[in-house]
Amino acid sequence: MFDLTLLSLSPPGWGATLLCGFLNSVTLAAGGYLIGLVIGIGGALGKLSDNAFLRELCDIYTTAVRAVPELVLILVLYYAGTDALNQLLTVLGFASVDISGLAAGILVIGVVQGAYSTEVLRGAILAIPHGQVETAKAYGMSPLLTLRRVTLPAMLPFALPGLSNLWLIATKDTALLAVVGFGELTLATKQAAGTTKDYLLFYTAAAAMYLCLTLLSNLVIKLIDRRATRGLAVMHA
Amino acid sequence: MKNITKIALVSCVAGLMSAGVALAETVKVSWAAEPYPPFASPDSSGSWSGWEVEFAAAVCKEAKLDCEITPVAWDGIIPALTSKKIDMIISSMTVTDERLKTIDFSDKYYDARAAIAGPKGTAFDATPEGLSGKVLGVQTSSIHQRYAEKHFGASVSEIKEYQTLDEAQQDLAAGRIDAIQGDSFALNSFLKSTTGECCDLKGYVEKDEAILGHGIGIGLRKGDTALKEQLNAAIKAIRADGTYATITKKYFDFDIYGE
Amino acid sequence: MLSTNTLPAVSSGPTVRSVKPFAPIRYALVIAIVCLAVYFGRWDWIGDYWMRLANGIGVTLLLLVSSCVLGFALALPLGVVQATGPRLLAWPARAFCTVIRGTPLLLQLWMLYYGLGAVFAQFPEIRASIFWPVLRTAWPYGLVALVLSFAGYAGEIMRGAFAGVPKGELEAAYTFGMNRRTAFFRIWLPRAVQRALPTLTGETILQLKSTPLVATVTVIDVFAVISKVRQDTYLTYEPLILLASLYIILTITLTRLLRIFEARAIRR
Repeated sequence: MFDLTLLSLSPPGWGATLLCGFLNSVTLAAGGYLIGLVIGIGGALGKLSDNAFLRELCDIYTTAVRAVPELVLILVLYYAGTDALNQLLTVLGFASVDISGLAAGILVIGVVQGAYSTEVLRGAILAIPHGQVETAKAYGMSPLLTLRRVTLPAMLPFALPGLSNLWLIATKDTALLAVVGFGELTLATKQAAGTTKDYLLFYTAAAAMYLCLTLLSNLVIKLIDRRATRGLAVMHA
Repeated sequence: MKNITKIALVSCVAGLMSAGVALAETVKVSWAAEPYPPFASPDSSGSWSGWEVEFAAAVCKEAKLDCEITPVAWDGIIPALTSKKIDMIISSMTVTDERLKTIDFSDKYYDARAAIAGPKGTAFDATPEGLSGKVLGVQTSSIHQRYAEKHFGASVSEIKEYQTLDEAQQDLAAGRIDAIQGDSFALNSFLKSTTGECCDLKGYVEKDEAILGHGIGIGLRKGDTALKEQLNAAIKAIRADGTYATITKKYFDFDIYGE
Repeated sequence: MLSTNTLPAVSSGPTVRSVKPFAPIRYALVIAIVCLAVYFGRWDWIGDYWMRLANGIGVTLLLLVSSCVLGFALALPLGVVQATGPRLLAWPARAFCTVIRGTPLLLQLWMLYYGLGAVFAQFPEIRASIFWPVLRTAWPYGLVALVLSFAGYAGEIMRGAFAGVPKGELEAAYTFGMNRRTAFFRIWLPRAVQRALPTLTGETILQLKSTPLVATVTVIDVFAVISKVRQDTYLTYEPLILLASLYIILTITLTRLLRIFEARAIRR
């Protein structure tokens, strides 16, 4: 029923094209995830800051992003977002930047991930026993040093389950970029399927690739988790 | 086998790099990221081929433009142009008065007629009466969608909009819809394929220039007049020097330029 | 794709908190955005589309409710067999949940719709069957994809919930002379659902955000109506702003309703 030669790596097989799409998906997910983490650290600190305006701003961001479907956000950010950014730059007197498809894709995933990262990190920071931060203060550590040496390392075990979950979501969210014509795995699959008319074969192959990525990620997550929670027997109770 | 994998991955990464760093003087040419034979379809090596792909290369060469290919989704191709993600649409896009409100076009480079295809067993005409009670498939935001809504909207039972013509054709073959409207060249290419065996051409729809437009042109941003002049000259030149005819011969046995 | 897995840290996370009783900046911002949008935007198209928009919202909500109800009904057996069933049943259930949670919903949906479409093209007998009038429409595929997705995520949640009900409670039930059936329906099931409720409501919100994917297979939900507006009017911002606002309103309303429901269910 399946013509497996269509999946071989050299033409007329589409294997290399799918693999390319898969690589694009992983790049997008990794880039978006990292940007999301950076936004998340900023957002979490903003939400926990003493400045009411900043708190409110971060809250609006996380609320809005988490209330709107990812598909809609991707359309908004992909079409309107980059355009708005350029218009803003022009108004401010800068030259407009040329945002490539890949950069736009990574930014879009990053902005979406950032809202969820913010929530995960905020929760994790709140879970740090308060004494630890106070001790750092008592030792005369500057706020930045406290963040780097105490807050971030101490919250890591609390944030890990949420963060690893976000990585899995990021890998799957990249598929949505197929709708705006970005050449990641799902679109490559759709094109291959449409051209060859072997729909089931290609969709099954792509599903297997996504599944492999998830299972592999789970394995790595387990290893990291075991390392990060050393000496924290209470966590598993 | 290993070597092939390596080459594939290297070319993959290279592709990403070029997508990441845009050179200063490149012009981004775009067509819809979907199979649209015989004009543009992806092949198994990940590159594109078809009449329009070769036409685009010829025009770029003639106009001495450094063209970079950036396929995007059809339903977002005009926003992509206006927001400067791309600079030229070479995607079998018809010049219509409605589109001219938003974007500009070069001179036409080919002309197609709107036609209706349906399953072989049933006979009907490409008229409102013929399509009465049927489910008609069209590609979204195409001239055919506009035409179908205006002329067949009252008589058909439903107009289904697809993101790509390929998907509409797939659903016609699957029997989920009773007919599709599209450009005759694209439909004929489908009908000649194995999936298209199910169906045949039912006829051409009646003219309506306001919707069906004035031939197919290269979509451009308003105000890019220098580029427009360059492209018009290039189209004229490849028409005159026989390049156009050579490309056309590979895909058609007649001139698709129209009168 | 839009869902979380069972880790409680996030599963209860991505729900949207309701607007705080006093949030002047937020209200000011909302009012400012509305004013700017009305002043600078073009909104004359709403008159032509509001009926279709209302219909689209109806389709979205119908898909949400039916897919959650059916998906949950499927998740219960999936959870039970994974928690206690014989390996012959537990293993396929586990595999199902892993596959659903490990692949993007968009891919699953396209696989269902176009993959099966290709099968229909090969077997004309299917077209002759009495199910054809339903099978040829798009919504069953959208619904099935959403149901399976919800079942996959909720099945994983229910596995944890069933396994987490303290053994003592069940033993107590047996001591009272309940048979397995009664103990299941009177003790185990309600306790498991109660434990899983916060996570499940979070999953319901995520499901709402998954529904627009069905627009890619020609189901006319609210997302599809807005896409149509975008294509008819060539407007970039206005339809998308309206769409995002509609989803924010839907999400916030749904979150509040679910919270009331949750509070009542737990109080019982």
